[in-house]
Amino acid sequence: MYDTPNTERTVTTNATKFSARNVQVYYGDTHAIKDVDVDIEDKTVTAFIGPSGCGKSTFLRCLNRMNDTIDICRVEGDIRLDDQDIYDRSVDPVQLRAKVGMVFQKPNPFPKSIYDNIAYGPRIHGLAKNKADLDEIVEKSLRRGAIWNEVKDRLHAPGTGLSGGQQQRLCIARAVATEPEVLLMDEPCSALDPIATSQVEELIDELRTNYSVIIVTHSMQQAARVSQKTAFFHLGHLVEFGETGQIFTNPKDERTESYITGRIG
Amino acid sequence: MTDATLNSGGSGKSLTARDARTKRRNASEKRFQAYGMIAIGIGFFFLVVLAFTIIRSGLPAFTKTVVDVEFTITQAEYEAAESELFKTKAYQDLFIAKLEAQLQERGLEVDFDAAAIERLLGKTGGTIREYYQGNSNRLGEPVQFELAASSRVDGYFNGRVTRDTIQDSRFLMKADLDIVDALHTAGIMKSAFNWTFLTGADSGVDNPGGAGIGASVVGSFFMMLVVLLLSLPIGVAASIYLEEFAPQNKFTDLIEVNISNLAAVPSIVFGILGLAVFIQFMHLPQSAPLVGGLVLTLMTLPTIIISTRASLKAVPPSIRDAALGVGASKMQAVFHHVLPLAMPGILTGTIIGLAQALGETAPLLLIGMVGFVARGYPDGIVAGFTDPNSAMPAQIYTWAARADVAFYEKAWGGIIVLLVFLLSMNILAIILRRRFERRW
Amino acid sequence: MPLLWLILIVLAIAAAGYALGRQRALASAGGDNRALHSLPSYYGSNVAIKAIVPAVLLMVAWLLIQPLYVGNAISGMIPEASVKEGSSLGLVMAEVRRAADGIDAAIAQGLLTDDEARNAEADVAAISQYLKDAGQVVTSELTRPILNAAQQYRVMNATGNLIMTVAVLILAVLGFLYGLKESHANFRARNSVERSVRALLVGAASIAILTTIGIVLSLVFNTIEFFRLYPAADFFFGTNWAPSFSGRGGSSDLGVLPLLWGTFYISIVALAVAVPIGLFAAIYLSEYAGPRVRAFAKPMLEVLAGIPTIVYGLFALLTVGPLLLKVFGDNGLDWMQSGTAVMTAGLVMGIMLIPFVSSLSDDIINSVPQAMRDGSYGLGATKSETIKQVVLPAALPGIVGAILLAASRAIGETMIVVLGAGAAARLSLNPFEAMTTVTAKIVSQLTGDADFASPEALVAFALGMTLFVITLILNIFALYIVRKYREQYE
Repeated sequence: MYDTPNTERTVTTNATKFSARNVQVYYGDTHAIKDVDVDIEDKTVTAFIGPSGCGKSTFLRCLNRMNDTIDICRVEGDIRLDDQDIYDRSVDPVQLRAKVGMVFQKPNPFPKSIYDNIAYGPRIHGLAKNKADLDEIVEKSLRRGAIWNEVKDRLHAPGTGLSGGQQQRLCIARAVATEPEVLLMDEPCSALDPIATSQVEELIDELRTNYSVIIVTHSMQQAARVSQKTAFFHLGHLVEFGETGQIFTNPKDERTESYITGRIG
Repeated sequence: MTDATLNSGGSGKSLTARDARTKRRNASEKRFQAYGMIAIGIGFFFLVVLAFTIIRSGLPAFTKTVVDVEFTITQAEYEAAESELFKTKAYQDLFIAKLEAQLQERGLEVDFDAAAIERLLGKTGGTIREYYQGNSNRLGEPVQFELAASSRVDGYFNGRVTRDTIQDSRFLMKADLDIVDALHTAGIMKSAFNWTFLTGADSGVDNPGGAGIGASVVGSFFMMLVVLLLSLPIGVAASIYLEEFAPQNKFTDLIEVNISNLAAVPSIVFGILGLAVFIQFMHLPQSAPLVGGLVLTLMTLPTIIISTRASLKAVPPSIRDAALGVGASKMQAVFHHVLPLAMPGILTGTIIGLAQALGETAPLLLIGMVGFVARGYPDGIVAGFTDPNSAMPAQIYTWAARADVAFYEKAWGGIIVLLVFLLSMNILAIILRRRFERRW
Repeated sequence: MPLLWLILIVLAIAAAGYALGRQRALASAGGDNRALHSLPSYYGSNVAIKAIVPAVLLMVAWLLIQPLYVGNAISGMIPEASVKEGSSLGLVMAEVRRAADGIDAAIAQGLLTDDEARNAEADVAAISQYLKDAGQVVTSELTRPILNAAQQYRVMNATGNLIMTVAVLILAVLGFLYGLKESHANFRARNSVERSVRALLVGAASIAILTTIGIVLSLVFNTIEFFRLYPAADFFFGTNWAPSFSGRGGSSDLGVLPLLWGTFYISIVALAVAVPIGLFAAIYLSEYAGPRVRAFAKPMLEVLAGIPTIVYGLFALLTVGPLLLKVFGDNGLDWMQSGTAVMTAGLVMGIMLIPFVSSLSDDIINSVPQAMRDGSYGLGATKSETIKQVVLPAALPGIVGAILLAASRAIGETMIVVLGAGAAARLSLNPFEAMTTVTAKIVSQLTGDADFASPEALVAFALGMTLFVITLILNIFALYIVRKYREQYE
């Protein structure tokens, strides 16, 4: 049914990076995420798919405690990163977010220079000992973000002056500058044109050699192109989780099949 | 396949171990938050200090010291006094005699003389004589007299002047204080509510005790009437034009630029405008509430226009579409449907604009609406607009500029009256908003 | 006839027009109002509008032009010789007007008959006495030319008023008849009325422009008059402000520099107080405060904003001044001589400006997109780091604009400086000295005893012009910065 894209399909079993058990999320009285259990693997691209409003972005934001910024949001259950409970009272979200980076739907570079955009994270976390160190980190991040060649001559130009696709790659480079272990991506290509989208998708494939990537997408085709594991969310429940190939060709749950064949969503 | 070697730079540590740098950053965060709270605290502190100062300094203006005494003057005493050459002095002597008698009854011995009584109570002889000339049927009967004491005595009563700080002057001598104390002990001299302050007009420089803010309240009232009658229709008309009918062209831009500039012009410039155009050019009467009202109208207009436009914008386009759909003309749609729905917001904005205008002082000083131009209340409605009068803030300024401590007290009292009006207007606006506001 | 009567008569004609117009229209439709194009009331309104509007416009125009015309004509009549040394034509004209008013008052009180008043040969001394009896202030003895001029003035005004009354009435009646002629069933009365209403709306909106023109003209004319009497260079570059009290000029020093310095110094002190407090309050309220704190703090700031400046002025004079004096004056550090000083006024003005700065900054901080904050939080920044390194730099142009607007407000403030900063004009760096400002001097020069046409009084207009130009430039600049900044996000 779907063309096998260029990404590696066969996945060797990696260590579990994130493990979630019995996660519930409430927005005020609304029960948005219900009884989610899932294990996210390291060095893998995991896709969260599902119709609008099914809770995939909400669950993603639980993984780096971004939901803390919303007053009425309440998270219950057990979420562990490398076997440490991230909602433990002694965990400072500030340190967590250095380890779990995030890229947002609409590219949001700071109104600073390209250099300062990348340098911001390392500066506040004190990752560079001196200027030379910082320059190195900036270059390494821009290379990892597959944008170094395009901006190396204008590092002090404003970040907002780049095209949409370049801005998103800049944001990805910014996210990896803090040396995270996990990268969360919330519909990173939905605001981009097809060429920029394919550039970013190529980049995602490169990223998985170093990071565990979780990507929320409303495009099934993109999930099929880019990920090794896929989780299907529906009405707040995690309906099915498994290898991408299997989900798209031989789904176990009939809701998954309805979504894939277009009957729902 | 787990390869931890690529994870460098701090993330190898456990999440639960608080890193020193993070601790510093969190401390910095707490400090920053504290600065914010301190800023709000400072604002609150100033407000409290202001309120406390106003109330503490202004309340004495509402009380005055009076001598409340009952005595009888017989027909014989009356005729004897009338036959004297210096009639008022004769009455004064009579009064002193009666007072002494009353004090002796209560067992208090004090030495008085006419000069002391004049310092304390002013020219009582004249007051008493006037009364009996008008009410000769009360001769031979006990009559209650309430005579106002001088403002220096007031000062002594409310603690502004003490035995230690007093310096003998032609207004009050140290020895007089003994008389005051005696009268006070006898229950003859006491504090009473100062109605003159609320109902009277400004008084001369020598008589702070008799100064009143009543006339200024009337002046302010007529002025506000002019502002209301002019700025509401003009403001609403201008806003309707700008919101509903104005095409996108240079003329409209010009109007908008002018309105936003006028909103930021200092109030004294409007005073200059009023002086040059309304008084010099149009020869309108100086110090008249009409002129003050015209100047304040021009000042309040931008504020009213801005808030009216916001209210008009808040009415959803679907209402206009519905009216047009039934065949109403644009103007009918606006006047029959949009305007009534925007009315609560418009009225609230107007009341707030009026409250701001009520407190304006600088322009009024330039057109002459200062203290002491009005000796009493205006004679009629038209005179209310055209007779010279002062407005509350300008009256307060005049008292403050007289540099007499007794007048300062009146100035604070005037502020209390002004703030009472402002508070009521703002509360009215808030109530109106709560009751009538619609959430689309 | 008195103006009020004229207005009432015109209104009566309009009312009659309304009733008759309506009736005529209905009659032309055979009494059936469904056959009419518009509702009957529109026909009536149409007639009323046509009766009132042209007449009122003529009346207003006439009332504005007549004084100018008469003033010009009478000025021409006054011989050169009558303009005394050290005086000016303006002062003489003022005399003429006062004499004319005095004659009116004398006639009204029965001291003088109309014929006597018109007698060009009347005894000057006798007439002067009548005027004084009538309560009119006569500054110097009336001279024959002035008396004659005053008599002519009265005659011209009377004739002018008569012609105006007749013209206005005729116009009202003509309008009435024209409107009546139009009142028949096929006439689109509603459209006609709506056009007139629209014109009225445009007129109301144009009042904003008229006001600005009025301000500019009143400043410009009087400033030019001032510069005729006092050299502009001395005004703009003079460092000494010492008006003489003779009211006749010639020995006054009217340099604006000490006043400008006082204005700026006090404004800087005020901003130094208001900007940190206001900005931090705004940051706290928009980023950190919970709903309860916000419900308490926002009204509190609004109350501070609504307090009239006279209250602040009195507070400065009677509370803050003495308090500072206790600390810094004779008994303390002895830096301060009296309670009125730059420090006093600056401090209190700062308090007044706190809510202003706070609410403007609040708007600006809120308009920074949330996506930018999310990006920063996502990287693991704390709230204060995000504010200091992302939000504030992004909001900087807007905040600069807010500070400029606050500065403009401080520069134009009058009551606080009049009461709190003293009346001495000096160029000093000591903030504990009294230093007066442009606004305070405008008030003192225009409410003092100086004769109105003298340079000491006219300088107030020049000061007003300076103030207006400075605040205008600041405002335009501030709005330009804020608009450019807003474009970044929209």
